[in-house]
Amino acid sequence: MGKAGLIRIAVILAAVLALEIACRTGAVPPSAVVPPSAMLASVYEILTTGEIAHDLRLTLTAVVIATIIAIVGGFFAGLIIHGLPRLRRTLAPLLAAYYAIPHLAFYPLLIVVFGLGLGPLIVLASLLGIMAMIIATLDGLDHVPRVLLRTAAVLRLNRWSEMMLVRLPAAFPHLLSGIKLAFSYAFIGVVAGEFILSTAGLGHAISFAYDNFQNRRMYGLILIAIGLVTLVNTTLLVGERRLLTRRGMR
Amino acid sequence: MRSNEAIQPSVLLRWGDGLLVLLAIIASWQALALWGGSDVMTTPIETVRHAVQLTGQSRFWPHFRETATAYSVAAIVAVLGGLLMGIALGAHRLTGEVFEPIFVALYSIPKVTLYPVVLLLFGLGIEAKIAFGAMHGIIPVTIFTLNAVRQVNRTWLRAGRAMGLSPAQSILHIVVPATIPEIVSGIRIGLSLALLGTMLGELFASKRGLGFLLMSAIDVHDVRTIMAIALLISIFAWAMNAAMLAIDRRLHQRI
Amino acid sequence: MTNEHVSFRDVEQVFPARGKQDPVHALGPISFAIRPGEFFSVVGPSGCGKSTMLDVMSGLTRPTRGQVIFEGSPLDGTVPDGIGVVFQEDASFPWLTVWDNVAFGLRRRGVDAAEIRRRVDYALSFMGLAAFTKAYPSQLSGGMRQRVCIARTLVMQPRLILLDEPFGALDQQTRLLMGDELLRLWRETGATIMLITHALDEANLLSDRIGVMSARPGTFISIVETGWAKDRDSTLAELPEFGAVSSRLWALLRSESMRAMGQHAASRSSLAGKAA
Repeated sequence: MGKAGLIRIAVILAAVLALEIACRTGAVPPSAVVPPSAMLASVYEILTTGEIAHDLRLTLTAVVIATIIAIVGGFFAGLIIHGLPRLRRTLAPLLAAYYAIPHLAFYPLLIVVFGLGLGPLIVLASLLGIMAMIIATLDGLDHVPRVLLRTAAVLRLNRWSEMMLVRLPAAFPHLLSGIKLAFSYAFIGVVAGEFILSTAGLGHAISFAYDNFQNRRMYGLILIAIGLVTLVNTTLLVGERRLLTRRGMR
Repeated sequence: MRSNEAIQPSVLLRWGDGLLVLLAIIASWQALALWGGSDVMTTPIETVRHAVQLTGQSRFWPHFRETATAYSVAAIVAVLGGLLMGIALGAHRLTGEVFEPIFVALYSIPKVTLYPVVLLLFGLGIEAKIAFGAMHGIIPVTIFTLNAVRQVNRTWLRAGRAMGLSPAQSILHIVVPATIPEIVSGIRIGLSLALLGTMLGELFASKRGLGFLLMSAIDVHDVRTIMAIALLISIFAWAMNAAMLAIDRRLHQRI
Repeated sequence: MTNEHVSFRDVEQVFPARGKQDPVHALGPISFAIRPGEFFSVVGPSGCGKSTMLDVMSGLTRPTRGQVIFEGSPLDGTVPDGIGVVFQEDASFPWLTVWDNVAFGLRRRGVDAAEIRRRVDYALSFMGLAAFTKAYPSQLSGGMRQRVCIARTLVMQPRLILLDEPFGALDQQTRLLMGDELLRLWRETGATIMLITHALDEANLLSDRIGVMSARPGTFISIVETGWAKDRDSTLAELPEFGAVSSRLWALLRSESMRAMGQHAASRSSLAGKAA
């Protein structure tokens, strides 16, 4: 690890330590922040008692379903839009403005339509994730080097082979970033929805703990949520790094 | 490759396309509303009518002011803070290398889970919403500014020195023009995310603002109000984004 | 067709107007033929339509007017069997190993596995890549990657090989060595080669004949016969006759290159206006 990496770890450790001291000495009241050591202890308790298992299962189910919908739907929508330049030009303003609109404002509406439960969460999360995948697919297909397509023509590949053997492999790094983003968005969508209004799930557990002044537990749950996302993100990132290194893009 | 997109559609055609998208959205909205019934969704015309009516009521404006104030302050804090941090981190290489991954990590964690922490720190008032909005917005502005400053071509600076520019002149005539397009992109994303953060704050544990109106409309199953407010927020977000995008594109065209 | 492996008959390429740009008359009208087994090079000022000529000859692009005849039949807008192309840019597939890159084309043709292995292994050892079969292109130097692309073309056993400035991105020493290898490949395969290059010495050294192109729209202002022995290599450059041919090429090209620079400047006149 380089010098910057070591300093980074030192900075983070120092920040955590400072927070610990501030909490222990009462500079930060326990009604606001509990000490990091207590947060970790709380994570341990919650995970070992397994009390969160049900909520976690619900949240992950919604996230996984939404991510799959976003990835598959976004990929095929991207393929179609890429194949139809006129449609793409027409949709351009929509693509550009999509993430500017706070989709969460529509969550209440989705509850009215689908009722409380997994339904509105999955819809909200898929809606958030799908555009990332569409844009990544378009981006990937746009950036296939022309010389590779010319090579495909010299080798007389038909359209299907060209797509499967040249375009998609060449676009794969972009698709992978799309997958990563789709997951992130889906997770945010589900947890935000649960958090605002729902009867179960990780987000709901956090807001329930907040409402009931269970700070220790709340911080433990927040750490679990962040840890979960970081775990998935890091896994995808490691895969991406490996791929990019092999391709000499890093 | 995209810059020399040969067939530049005429302005008229582009407006036509935009209109087409708008019509398609309105048509599918109308169809959904008719299919679902007024319990589920109101039609476009009803929604607009109700939105107009809502904005005519005096009880609407304090909530609007609350949201507008929270968002404006959050946006200002996000942009100024992001610029300052981005410049500081971009100008000093090691500092940038130390902190950039931290910001990128912060960018990708679901900040929504941190809202209770913000509430505990800032209380239940407008400050929490501002803080949460600013938290969302500041990160993209920082990351984009940092990268823009870091990627200023050293050769340009050397060329500037060779032409006898003072450090101040170098910043004014080289660094600023070179970084502005990227920074504006970052600000555009930051403004959108700050709005999202402010809205999130209002939807959860808030007693005032448009988000609060949305949540209280759910309690009484007031679909008309939900739709009308969602529409108003969307139009505002879209308009702001369109304006920023226009500036953004204009700046990027030169390069 | 005995003496014509590939020929151009009044070929012309005009790119239609795009936006505010005028249509570009890139090539022709031009007629010429390359003999079977010949090493033919094309040199010319930048932007003279050399690459367009390669696109048209390979069948990647259908010419606006005229015909390309390959082994007696006109091209129909696709690349026919028997033509191989090596591009200027790195065209290796970054997601495949060197071996899989070279085998790629054969697999698409349904050649049986044993034959694929035989041909790929031969091409790899011929190009000096035998030790790198499991490597990915990113782990190789630019010159090695270009060898991969040449090997990938070779395994298809093309009768006509088109090379578009294949050594453009390489340093001078590597270029000379690659040139020698290209000559060896040419002798061993007996294929006809058309090489596009902007390096006059390279064209001189490698070719039986050199077509010298004019500025846009590109046509041949002269075709220079070198008369070198078939078993030549880069030591040829020491001969006085070599210098004479290079001087002749440059004499032909000098005014055309200046005209081409003028075209270039004219198309960017707005810049000139700003500078003034």
